[in-house]
Amino acid sequence: MSELPTSWCGQSVERVEDAALLTGRGRFIDDLGVRPGTLHAAILRSPHAHAKIVAIRADAARALPGVAAVILAEDVTALPASLVVGVKAPIECWPIATDRVRYVGEPVAVVVAASRYIAEDALDLIEVDYQTLPAVVDPLAALDGTQPILHDGLRSNLASERRFRYGDPERAFAEATHRIAVTIKYPRNSCTPMETYGLIAEYDAGEDAYDVTANFMGPFSLHAVMARALKVPGNRFRLRTPPDSGGSFGVKQGVFPYIVLMGIAARVAGRPVKWVEDRLEHLAASVSATNRVTTLRAAVDADGRVRALDWNQIEDVGAHIRAPEPATLYRMHGNLGGAYDIRNIAVRNRVVLTNKAPTGLNRGFGGPQVYYALERLMQRIAVILKLDPADVIRRNLVPSGAFPYRTATGAIYDSGDYPLAFEKALTDGGYAALRQRQAEARAQGRLYGIGMTAAIEPSVSNMGYITTVLTPEERRKAGPKNGAQATATIALDPVGSVSVHVSSVPQGQGHRTVLSQIVADALGLKPSDVRVVAELDTGRDAWSIASGNYSSRFAAAVGGAAHLAAEKIKAKLAKIAAAQLNVPPEEIEFAGGRARARGNPDNNVAFGRLAATSHWSPGLVPEENQALRETVFWSPPQLTPPSENDEINSSLCHGFIFDFCGVEIDRVTGALRIDKYVTMHDCGRILHPGMVEGQITGGFAHAVGAALYEEYSYGPDGSFQTGTFADYLVPTTMEVPTPVILHIETPSPFTPLGTKGVGEGNCMSTPVCLANAAADALGASDIDLPLTPAKLAALFHPAEAAPPATVRPQPVKTGKGRALQGQGQAQANAAPADVWRMLLDPKTLEAIIPGCHGVEKLSDTHFRADVTLGVGPVTGRYRADIKLSDLDEPKAVTLSGTVTGALGDAKGAGHITLTPTDTGGALLAYEYDAEIGGKVASIGGRLLDGAAKIVIRQFFEALARHTGGPARTGLFARLFGRGA
Amino acid sequence: MHRLSADRRHRVRFTLNGKPVEADAEPRMLLTDFLRHELGQTGTHVGCEHGVCGACTIEIDGVPARACLTLAVQADGATIRTVEGLAPEPGRLSVLQDAFRRHHALQCGFCTAGILMSLDGYLRRHSAPTEAELREFLGGHLCRCTGYTPILAAALDAAKTLREVPAHA
Ligand code: FES
Ligand code: FES
Repeated sequence: MSELPTSWCGQSVERVEDAALLTGRGRFIDDLGVRPGTLHAAILRSPHAHAKIVAIRADAARALPGVAAVILAEDVTALPASLVVGVKAPIECWPIATDRVRYVGEPVAVVVAASRYIAEDALDLIEVDYQTLPAVVDPLAALDGTQPILHDGLRSNLASERRFRYGDPERAFAEATHRIAVTIKYPRNSCTPMETYGLIAEYDAGEDAYDVTANFMGPFSLHAVMARALKVPGNRFRLRTPPDSGGSFGVKQGVFPYIVLMGIAARVAGRPVKWVEDRLEHLAASVSATNRVTTLRAAVDADGRVRALDWNQIEDVGAHIRAPEPATLYRMHGNLGGAYDIRNIAVRNRVVLTNKAPTGLNRGFGGPQVYYALERLMQRIAVILKLDPADVIRRNLVPSGAFPYRTATGAIYDSGDYPLAFEKALTDGGYAALRQRQAEARAQGRLYGIGMTAAIEPSVSNMGYITTVLTPEERRKAGPKNGAQATATIALDPVGSVSVHVSSVPQGQGHRTVLSQIVADALGLKPSDVRVVAELDTGRDAWSIASGNYSSRFAAAVGGAAHLAAEKIKAKLAKIAAAQLNVPPEEIEFAGGRARARGNPDNNVAFGRLAATSHWSPGLVPEENQALRETVFWSPPQLTPPSENDEINSSLCHGFIFDFCGVEIDRVTGALRIDKYVTMHDCGRILHPGMVEGQITGGFAHAVGAALYEEYSYGPDGSFQTGTFADYLVPTTMEVPTPVILHIETPSPFTPLGTKGVGEGNCMSTPVCLANAAADALGASDIDLPLTPAKLAALFHPAEAAPPATVRPQPVKTGKGRALQGQGQAQANAAPADVWRMLLDPKTLEAIIPGCHGVEKLSDTHFRADVTLGVGPVTGRYRADIKLSDLDEPKAVTLSGTVTGALGDAKGAGHITLTPTDTGGALLAYEYDAEIGGKVASIGGRLLDGAAKIVIRQFFEALARHTGGPARTGLFARLFGRGA
Repeated sequence: MHRLSADRRHRVRFTLNGKPVEADAEPRMLLTDFLRHELGQTGTHVGCEHGVCGACTIEIDGVPARACLTLAVQADGATIRTVEGLAPEPGRLSVLQDAFRRHHALQCGFCTAGILMSLDGYLRRHSAPTEAELREFLGGHLCRCTGYTPILAAALDAAKTLREVPAHA
């Protein structure tokens, strides 16, 4: 028996989660079995950013064998209520489009069928008539009064506006030596977990109760929103999570509208319904971070000291204010001064609606947007005042010894020593050497820049911060909201082994491992003696509104609650042991799997035996000492509601980060290479160094993606342009370097274990750190993300000359969709006159158009065809309406027309010429120019171009076959002089 | 090659992790769906279904392949290995799996099966890869949790162990 109590916390023990995950035995949502008779759902989604739904015809879909039901808006609006909206505005938010579609990908209908394949077949058979409306895409334009209004209840697209004032910003600005400002446009992006949304929903008509298993991650405050939308009390809406979830980073909060939608689908169909989102749905319509336009002004002294900030933030939440939005805008409210001692702050916050997917939780949640503005500003101050940016940061940091530090906007920074961490990072990270390296690179004419960022990483959100969006008056009416209940349960079973349950809903963060360390430490056991369950069942387990896995609350709040629960059960066990060992309870200590008398270790009892006592011999234990099961709810007292003056302690813990980096930009291509990256963290006490490291490298990779590659890009017509992983570029091993990670530890006085969150910091600090380095390299003052080579190159290359104008046929461009152009030629084994006849004959066309279901001849020059086309991963049915003009029989013809389908639409024109060949055949030459919109446009130019070429080539290949040439593709080369 | 009719299910037989398996599939059924839902082998994951993320990577006839871009009927007669076949016996991990555990090279574990399958074959063919080579090779996999650093460390460590005690493979 070891005499020294071992501390498991602080050690990188192997994870209990890993053996199953490494051998393919994980239990993710799509791995769970379903009840016999379960139906599979597929969702028909809007191809338009903004359109009125004129009519939906679903009879053909309903008639398809295997289809059980088609759920339309009226099924959804018939019974439940709309999802609660977080601002005081007359807006509804349904999980399906009702009268209008407001973003590409918005659900329009749900098919439930015997298999997912059949359900998707049925989607093709639903016809929707849309009347398209102009789309609102730019958040600034959304405010200018000229754009259509998205929601009938509103008079504009401004859904919320609030102004705040702390200290005396006007005076500080009046007295300051310098007034320096930045304006930034933070783009949309998303952390895209590798596992998409999934759920299994069931409705019990007898009890009027829903039972849903979904890879939802919380916050469980949304349980109330969902139950209300389903019009049942909370106890009739049982929500469970699967044992494993494939990442979330906030995003899996956004499955909640689908939980409501599929609950209704199960109710309509009368059978359980399973739905697994596919990646295209996920990218277009799950959840993204907000894009934000910020103007931030600073009042600055001559030496770079910032006296006041004036924030003007315009937040684009997309088409609906979906709960918990506009939380992204308010999460950072308490720490709007960042790591700096700034006493005067003015804020104007506006929330606007645009025709984009609704936003929601995403790693960093509000931090990337805020720090991008704040830290670009600090860099600009350094440039304008000709100071080292390190000096500007140094002069403004909250001083050592100031903790707990109350910020101007109301946060309490719990602990830290910012100057110490900052100086240590510069020294240990080699700042001086990096400056040297930069000087050498610049001497060689290379574009080398250094950037830095200081940031506060808030964690453990105050559930009341969101109400800062309401006026004090509105808050008084609504009642105070605050706190962050964390919960943990510890149970001892009849053989004395220890089970732990928490409602933290992990998605890969190793919660079960860390909890076993925490509880083992408290009870003198080994982690392997403690078994932890972390999936949640609201019908059975202890939980509260703050339950879930967000705002980096695990280590600080959930770990703390587990520690308290363990201490509670230990106190009872100590009393039982005291009776058995004849010593006072204070003399009992737990170590090495035994309880023993302090100072007399031979007087001991095995933990298992002691822990079983209350099961087998309750008569020997006074009732209040019985140790069977303890549940602790813990909410920190520091998390109070917003004050009358709108001060809000938005988070419990505040970690400190200081990053610096060196980047080089290629003089020719504009590509940015990260040469060195140093990141210093103070996240309080560290429980598992390996996992903290993993949170930092993982967050860093997300941040590199956001900084350099990722953007949810929308066309001017609101079409979504980054709908596959070939277009939305997630960084790989080739793009993510290994950062240098440094730590100091100042334990939080507000959490039971001294821990703080660490999962999101680099998503806040790294994008702007890289941008500051790029700005330094190029001497640029305005720089927005993502830092693509094209964008950076434009900052140092002169503008390129316009390309020569295109020739025929005349494009039909409206400048909105995605343009496609191409040309080619082919040879047919028939004379031009025969080929001409074939081209005009519906029966022949039907046979040779790829994927054609039928051609109708409306007049000699007007055809209508029904075709199924696959473009990359998107296959759908389309109606083509083609008119012929400029007929010059049998030499030339122009085709123009439209193609429409659920997945998108196209307008275009093509020109074909036929020339006789020496061998009696015909040479066909063609060129085309088309413009594509809707969902298909989102799959990106490369795929689209490729697909168009293939389809057209197939068409001419089939035509050649039809003219008597051999049909086998192996002879393709002989049939066609040149590939199409 | 014989033609399959689209509206009928066809018998598909292949060797999976050393054992013969068979079940029916429509010609359009993806191999991922077939493995996961017809054969109950849910270790192979689906991250994108369009060939970019690598989560579905398996080994078909000794070559890594995207199961999401393969039809079940194409696998007829093949020899297939999936993540379920990597561990030498229940309760024991392979050298590579063990290195992943020691280096915390997985968090949610959703991308992991594909990465393991790619690396398992690669390390058999390349016993002493450099970090740069591994970075290049693993460029076909997306992981959103780890930032890749621990994956590279685990792969380098596994390669070293395999060089020292090749019997452990
Ligand atoms: S699921 Fe196959 S590559 Fe992504
Ligand atoms: S471990 Fe989660 S995606 Fe790689």
